[in-house]
Amino acid sequence: MAEPMLQVKNLSVEFHTAAGTVRAVKNVSFDLDRGETLAILGESGSGKSVSSSAIMDLIDMPPGRITSGQIIFEGRDLLKLSASERRKVNGHKIAMIFQDPLSHLNPVYTVGWQIVETMTAHGMSRPQARAEALRLLGRVGIPDPEGSMGKYPHQFSGGQRQRLMIAMALALKPDLLIADEPTTALDVTVQAEVLALLEELQQETGMGVLIITHDLGVVAEIADRVVVMNAGEVVETGDTRQVYRNPAHPYTRKLIGAAPGKGAMHDPLPSAEPVLSVRGARKVYGDFAAVEDVSFDLMAGETLAIVGESGSGKSTVAKMLLRLEEPTGGQALWKGQDLFAMPERQLFALRRDLQMVFQDPTQSLNPRMTVWQLITEGWVIHPGILPRSKWKARAAELLHQVGLKPEMAGRYPHQFSGGQRQRIAIARALALEPELIICDEAVSALDVSVQAQVIELLDGLRKSLGIAFIFIAHDLPVVRDFADHVMVMRKGRVVEAGTVRQIFDNPRQPYTQALLAAGLDPDPDVQAERRAARLAMAAG
Amino acid sequence: MTSIDIIPDEPKPLVRFARMLWADKFALAAVLFLTLVLVLAVIGPTWLGEVAQKQNLRGRNAPPFEWERGWLWILGADALGRPLLARIVVATQNTMMVAGGAVFFSALIGTVLGLVAGYAGPRTGQAIMRLADVIMSFPSLLLAVVVLYILGPSILNLVIVLAITRIPVYLRTARAEVLEVRERMFVQAARVMGASPRRIVFRHILPVVLPTLMTIATLDFAFVMLAESSLSFLGIGIQPPEITWGLMISQGRQYLTTAWWLSFWPGLAIILTTLSLNLLSGWMRIALDPTQRWRLEMRGRRNG
Repeated sequence: MAEPMLQVKNLSVEFHTAAGTVRAVKNVSFDLDRGETLAILGESGSGKSVSSSAIMDLIDMPPGRITSGQIIFEGRDLLKLSASERRKVNGHKIAMIFQDPLSHLNPVYTVGWQIVETMTAHGMSRPQARAEALRLLGRVGIPDPEGSMGKYPHQFSGGQRQRLMIAMALALKPDLLIADEPTTALDVTVQAEVLALLEELQQETGMGVLIITHDLGVVAEIADRVVVMNAGEVVETGDTRQVYRNPAHPYTRKLIGAAPGKGAMHDPLPSAEPVLSVRGARKVYGDFAAVEDVSFDLMAGETLAIVGESGSGKSTVAKMLLRLEEPTGGQALWKGQDLFAMPERQLFALRRDLQMVFQDPTQSLNPRMTVWQLITEGWVIHPGILPRSKWKARAAELLHQVGLKPEMAGRYPHQFSGGQRQRIAIARALALEPELIICDEAVSALDVSVQAQVIELLDGLRKSLGIAFIFIAHDLPVVRDFADHVMVMRKGRVVEAGTVRQIFDNPRQPYTQALLAAGLDPDPDVQAERRAARLAMAAG
Repeated sequence: MTSIDIIPDEPKPLVRFARMLWADKFALAAVLFLTLVLVLAVIGPTWLGEVAQKQNLRGRNAPPFEWERGWLWILGADALGRPLLARIVVATQNTMMVAGGAVFFSALIGTVLGLVAGYAGPRTGQAIMRLADVIMSFPSLLLAVVVLYILGPSILNLVIVLAITRIPVYLRTARAEVLEVRERMFVQAARVMGASPRRIVFRHILPVVLPTLMTIATLDFAFVMLAESSLSFLGIGIQPPEITWGLMISQGRQYLTTAWWLSFWPGLAIILTTLSLNLLSGWMRIALDPTQRWRLEMRGRRNG
């Protein structure tokens, strides 16, 4: 058998930091052939991106250093090539697309110019390059290719930008395409389209695709084979289906087990009095209605999930309830008092009842405050909650409750991992003894295994303390195991609302159905079925 | 659970900062130099006041590094034969009072106004910004000349005028930073908790903005010293026989080709003071930032 197109052998990469040498990648080996899709699966810090950056020569040296290994591409060791030879390979033979297309497209040039530039830089004549760019834009599904050539990156949506990036990457007909988390920043429905496009293009051109992701669903959808990485090491390699069915390594088992959407669904009791009832909430920015006529009830101790894609107005609803945004109209009755009409002074007393956990704990915790200061701040603001003499004991108890050690109170947020930081944010919210916690994408920024732990923690708190939750998410599976009621939003309006069972088992609205269908299941077989169904639907 | 109520007390900040200062030798030198300057500012006039005023026409423009006249003449003498070293020491007090006072008050007022302008509603913000525009639209030296001509020159008036002309620098910087920081997530989190605007501004926003402002203030120190000397040159600043470093520089200007040391030594004093302040503010920026602090703590450990 012929040599595979790309072979990575015993690759090790070190980074020299002030805290000592970090071995980011240890003896990693994998190979990839033409027409094949290989996924590197791993959580943050697993070294998956570093491995692919080494192929593209994107590691900053120093502080990085490749200490051992070979990267053999079409029979040549890339690590031994000179810089100018390397440039001929990069872009020409190996292309890359990134997670955030906006930051990788130059905002001051038109997209047409940028695509043409890529081709002329490698020796194509301008008219020829222009014709080719037009063809590519049409191929990746950009509407009106002729007109789009003259537009700037910000005039496109997130999904379209990723298509543009793909067009640019394909401009030189590479043999290998590296995609680093290509769909992570996209909505589920758009994600499915982009992945489908990648697959089609691969079949057309016969290139190899190396996809780097943290999402089992993406792996199940697109990859032939998968390499699972953890802490810089390859823990498992194999056929996607086989790895999913018979994971050999405990870490892989843990990862697969942590995938949301498999547990039992909640069956909420038909309860009597809602603690919060929102009627006709509205928020208008100029001529644009971000939220239009949203109404719902929330019972004590229950979880309401608000699900929607970006721009659906779900976060605006949360911000209105907390009056971080001033509502334009409607009512929100919290135990009989209208939150929307309340003067600031009266609102202050209610603040401690309604708390919020934000998406990104790195940003929602003040980096200059210790855990102790963060947790006790609520008690400083609301002096009535707890006498100062009891602060220490209560703070320790809270930290314990969220699974952290009280000794950690003197540390700063940056000394914790992402999941731990979110726990600090939850402890801070709990310190005020709230009756309702609004979680705005509270687990979206976390790794899958950490996500599962945080959700478990929140669900435990709901049961033991009787706190009601409003859980805002863009992802349906996350909500499935946790919510009692689900409300699906789109373009500022409620599309469908019901108990979790109604929504997942009998979605009535086409949009809800589409959202469910677009979600990626970690099981490759389920995913293959869905894809077949989708293709059948598309074929009519 | 027995371990549940162990929350360790925070380590003593003074010890911590001393250790971090030890780790950065440049900052340490800066602190020592600034301490010396402060001590001289306090004791200088009583200690060397008389020597610094005594004329000695035989020693006019005496060159530096001539030991036979005594250590006070080591840096040479000015056009009236007064020892430069003594004059620099005596001038420290006036210089520090004018420059320190002007920088302190302009930074204080500018920062507070900037925080208010950034965090309060658009109307208040606009009003404050237009005020800054008014101040900035006058050339600062011209403004100083007019005001000092009316009020009469004195150290207090000089401080007031210089402080007012420098306010917009801090105001605009503070406002721009506040506008950015107020949108950060942790400010929203504080609002959700019910924190008052005052708490948000001073507890959450100010610590983020402060390092930038401190750096500006240290750079402004030199600017104010030189502005003061140009006012003195025009005859409306500090008047002889009172002296400041800036005044000494401008007095030495006419002898620059024949006796460089007249302007050089006070110039060096200004440079060293500004440099020290700058090094100190750089150190403070790191020492006060928990995410950066390890750089200093690591170094300290390796050295110790």
